[in-house]
This record gives sequence, structure tokens and C-alpha cells, in this order.
Amino acid sequence: MKFVFEKRKTQLKRLLFLIPFISFVGSLFLSGLLLLAFKTNPLMVYGAMFKGAFGNWFNFQETLVKAIPLMLAGCGVIIAFRMRFWNIGAEGQLVMGGIFAAWVSLFLIDFIPPWLVLPAAFTAALIGGGLWAGIPAILKAKLGVDETLTSLMLNYVAIIFCQYLYNVVWIDPNGYGFPGSKIFDKAAWLPRLTGRVHLGLIFALIIALVLWFMLKKTKWGFELKIIGESPMTAKYLGINIPKNIIIALFISGGISGIAGMGEVTGIAHRLTHGLDMGYGFTAIIIAWMSQLNPIAAIFVSILMSVLLVGGDQVQRTMGLPSAIGLLLQGMILFPLLAGALFSEYRVKSIKSIGEAVK
Amino acid sequence: MIGLITSLLAITISAGTSLLYATIGEIYTERSGILNLGIEGMMLMGAVTSFAVSYYTNSLFLALLIAMVVTAFMALIHAFLTITMKANQVVSGLSITIFGTGLSSFLGKRLGPESNNFNLYGVNGKNFPDIQVPLVGDWPIFSAILNQDILTYIAYLIIPLAWFFMYKTKKGLNLRAVGENPRTAEAMGINVIRTRYIYTVIGGMFAGIGGAHLALAYTPGWNEHITGGRGWIVIALVIFAMWNPGKAILGTLLFGGINAIQFRLQAAGTDIPASLLNMLPYLVTVLALVLLTVYENYGKRKIGAPSALGKPYMKEDK
Repeated sequence: MKFVFEKRKTQLKRLLFLIPFISFVGSLFLSGLLLLAFKTNPLMVYGAMFKGAFGNWFNFQETLVKAIPLMLAGCGVIIAFRMRFWNIGAEGQLVMGGIFAAWVSLFLIDFIPPWLVLPAAFTAALIGGGLWAGIPAILKAKLGVDETLTSLMLNYVAIIFCQYLYNVVWIDPNGYGFPGSKIFDKAAWLPRLTGRVHLGLIFALIIALVLWFMLKKTKWGFELKIIGESPMTAKYLGINIPKNIIIALFISGGISGIAGMGEVTGIAHRLTHGLDMGYGFTAIIIAWMSQLNPIAAIFVSILMSVLLVGGDQVQRTMGLPSAIGLLLQGMILFPLLAGALFSEYRVKSIKSIGEAVK
Repeated sequence: MIGLITSLLAITISAGTSLLYATIGEIYTERSGILNLGIEGMMLMGAVTSFAVSYYTNSLFLALLIAMVVTAFMALIHAFLTITMKANQVVSGLSITIFGTGLSSFLGKRLGPESNNFNLYGVNGKNFPDIQVPLVGDWPIFSAILNQDILTYIAYLIIPLAWFFMYKTKKGLNLRAVGENPRTAEAMGINVIRTRYIYTVIGGMFAGIGGAHLALAYTPGWNEHITGGRGWIVIALVIFAMWNPGKAILGTLLFGGINAIQFRLQAAGTDIPASLLNMLPYLVTVLALVLLTVYENYGKRKIGAPSALGKPYMKEDK
């Protein structure tokens, strides 16, 4: 007997939801084995994580706060991945958005009316993230340079540049040498809905909905899909691939940039460390788990945020390393990646001639 | 002056050793057509496991061995997901890194002695001593090269061996064929799947040695940020070396040198240019990628990435 893989004509809808779920359970199970090895009851840890993320109103707010940048960057990544453009630079695009928003909040603010500050910061973040994603996009579209590696490298350029800004150039002269710019003027503070949950949540929900509609229902979304699935067909249909790549990536990076703006103007109110927390990398996992569906990305982002916040809480209440959250995050994709084969391919067994004769 | 150069060179070589191992490993992996972005996670795991083993057993050999086994296993996960299950290589590699970052941090806070609250951070283990070659070992310049730890000496040997294996042996030819054109390679009778598995796992072991060198020689001890993003610099160095193990030395020396200069500048109290120097490896890599691509577009010779890099291989689809 021999097994072969045959590509399914259509992805199985049932598996589309089942597989991420199984992956999540699988990740809990595998990590549970590890916890058992350290004589820790995994059920107690998971219970504490769940309670830490949902247990009371304050904790739940924290889960939402951490989910905001994940939702936005996740949506950004989805656009690029739809056309199989492997933009793994969301981290850097997020940081660049934060830098641009901080520039508006620190300097441009003196020249514009207060009501214009936040819209200007929003636009600046969009442009900052967009331009940063635009570099690998243009290099790919015009010269054919591999986007995976260029977008990855640019992450670190942005992160180091950001550190340089808040450690040296924009450092608060009255900050006793602590890394970070001065606190922004109130006009540049993104309004908060409740607790630390800021307006970025609304941005994220609206962007996800609009994006879902655009990808699903418009010609633009269709074109991205065709470019991803079959560049030859796209060319045949007269789709301008380079132009599409550049525009889509500008939007992709721009949305990640808005995530950076949310962190800077909504949480820290200054440019300081914490922008490069790895949200941009987690966003890639989110995009993958949500099977490139922006609505699904909202929920997956909350799930990932639960792991992060839950991890912190486990450290506080049980004295266990908060890295458990990261561990679970990393592990969640292994069963998912392995399972994707079965949603995209059908396993067929064929009897070899020898066996058929028997 | 000669003293300054010697000491800078000594730090450069020591800083470059871990990069060199991981880079040569990743070159072999990528040459087979598999991109492994899990290097950062594997180096962290190599560092934490080797340090823990050296702390408890005092055996450096065992420490190195365990680190290699652990990272080989991590690379095996990547190989299984991307080769057998045809998963996306970028996403799988990133998962390995996130997983390795989380697990190494977790282990670092659990594997330590009870007296230190199970923390490995802040305890001292046995580490690789510097060995001075007699006679020439204390000459200027020479003392930088010939007053290093054993892993660095082995690295000196590995560079020509890795180059020779890839370009002058049948197995090396097969490897390159698999990365360039797997279908033709298969037709030539090479087992593509097996080749990819082997070199992905070898790449993982090398990343493990790189991590172990950090924890047992370059900056002895364990802390969560011990790699300082070196796993990503390795990805850059592979490009910089144009996938040629012989050229890996140039990149590692350059980036090791940047490390060494930072050491000096920080000691002198000026970290302004130091932070910008950090950017250089990444910028240079983007530039190198552009130049390589443009050269290939207009030139005749193929010098860049293996053609099949990142693409899953399906025996069945025709």
C-alpha cells in the first residue's frame, strides 16, 4: 500500500475551524506534559492563566489591551499573505508607525491645532508603517528581490533606530537619564474607552470588518487572491502585479503602523521601550491560525493575548515563569502546521501492483 | 596600537565563533532548499541546555552533546513540518523561534539549583578555557588567533572542511542539486526528502553548538538575552556569504568586529555610534540581497539563493 497526496479542489470548511481548535488543545496537551515533568499540575496552571486573563474586569481589560496591537498587525500581515507576499516585517512596520506617531506628538504638535494632532498621528503612523513595508515591496516588484529576507532584516533596522531615538536623540532631558522621550502633551493622548483600553480597539474592529469586506467582496480582494494563487493567471487577466504588490504592502504595513501608534499614544504616551515586544511576530502566527480571515484574526488575537496575559498572571500568582505563555504560543502552530496538510490535501491510498495481484 | 588591534581581533574572533557555527549550519540547510528561521530559538535552547548540563555534570563534552541533541530535535520538528507535512517554511521557522524563546526562558527559571530559586541566571558553571598555542601564542596579532577556546580552534578547521565538502565531494554536489532543482536531482537518483532531512538536522546541531559557545565560552553563564538577536544575524550572514561556507568567515569577522568595536566604544562611554553600528549588519544584508538579485538578473552566472529555497517538494504533483 502506498499513500499519495492529492490537492483538494476546495478547502474543507469543516476542517477550517476544527483544525485550529485541535491545534490549541494539542498545544495545551504538549505543554502539559512539560509542566508535569517539572512536577507542576498543568490543569492548575491553565486554570490560573484563564482566571488571570478573564477572572475579573481589570484582567480582562488587560487582555483586550494586549490584543489591540495583535489584531491590527494580524490584519496587516493577512493582506500581504493573501497574495503570498511573505511580509515578516510587521514588527518593524509597527515600530516605524510608533516612531512617526511620536514625531507628530512631540514636534508637529506645536504647529497644528490640538484637534488635528491625533488624526495627524494616525496618518503619520499609516505612512511610516506603509513606507517601511513599501521598501521590500518595491524591491520585489521592480527587481525581484526576495521579500522574506528583506522584510525580516528591516525589522531590526527599525528597532535599533527606535532605540537610538528614545535613548539618545529624543531622550527626555528631565528624565534622569531614563530611556524614553518626554511625555506627550494631552492633545496627543489617544482617548481611552475604559481602564487602559484605548480607541485602538475600535480602529482594529473597523479595519478588520472593512478588510474582510474588501478581501471577500471587491475586485481588489479578488485580484490579491489571484496574484497569490496563480501569478500566471493574474498576468493573463491583465492584473498589474507590481502595482498591486506595492499598494497592498503599503496598506499592510500601514495597518501595522497604526498598531504602533496605539501603543505610543494610547498606552505609553511617550516613545520608549516596549514597542518591539514581538507583537509583529505573533501577528504572523495569528494570520496563519485565522487562515487569513480578518474576522477570525480578531478572535485568535484575543486567544493569543490570553496566553500572554495569563502567562504574566501565572508568574504573579503561582511563581512560575511567565514564559509559559510564549511557550504555548510557539507550540500552538506545530499541530496546526501539521494539520494544514489534511485540509489542503486529500490522502489517497493506492495499492501497488504487487499487492493488487495478491 | 598593535596591542589594541590584537585585543580587538581576539574579541572579534570569539564573538564570531558562535555566528560561524550557526551560519555554516544554516548555509547547509538552505542549500538543501529549506529555510530555517528557527535559528534564534535553537541557539537559545543550545545555550540554556549546554549551560545546565555543564553546571550539573561539569562535563563540557556532555554539555555540547546534549545541546546538539536538543537542537537537532528542534530542527527535526521543522523538517517534519516543512518536508513531510509541506507546511510553510517561514511560519514553521518562526514558530520554532517563539517556542525556543519561551522554552529556554522557562527552563532557565526551572532548571537551576533550589538554593537559587531554581534559577540558572546568576550561577556559575564550568566553561571552555582559552588555550594558548605554545611559542607563537603570545606574539602580537597571533595571540588573538591562537589564544582561544577549543570550539574556536575547531571552527578554524570547519571552514575549509565545510567548503571542501560542499564544492569538492559527490555528497556536496548532490546537496546543491537538491536545493537548485529537486526534480532533476530525484531523476538523478538522489533522495530529495532524505537529503533535506539530513541537512536540516545538521543545521540545527550547528546552531546548538553556536548557542553553547555563547553560554560556555563567549559570555559564560545564562541569561534570557544571551543571543542578543544573533539568530537573525545568522540569517543575514548566510546571504552575505552567498550560501558559500568558505565565505562565511568574512561576514562573521565583519559582524564579530562590529561587536568588538561596540565593546570598546561602550567601555569608552560613548554608545551613540555603537547603537547605529548595530544596524549595519541588517542594512548591509538588504543591500547585498539587492545587488545579488540585480547581478543575477543581468549577469549570466547564478550566485544567489538556491532556486528551490523555501518551496515545498511534492513528489506526486506532476
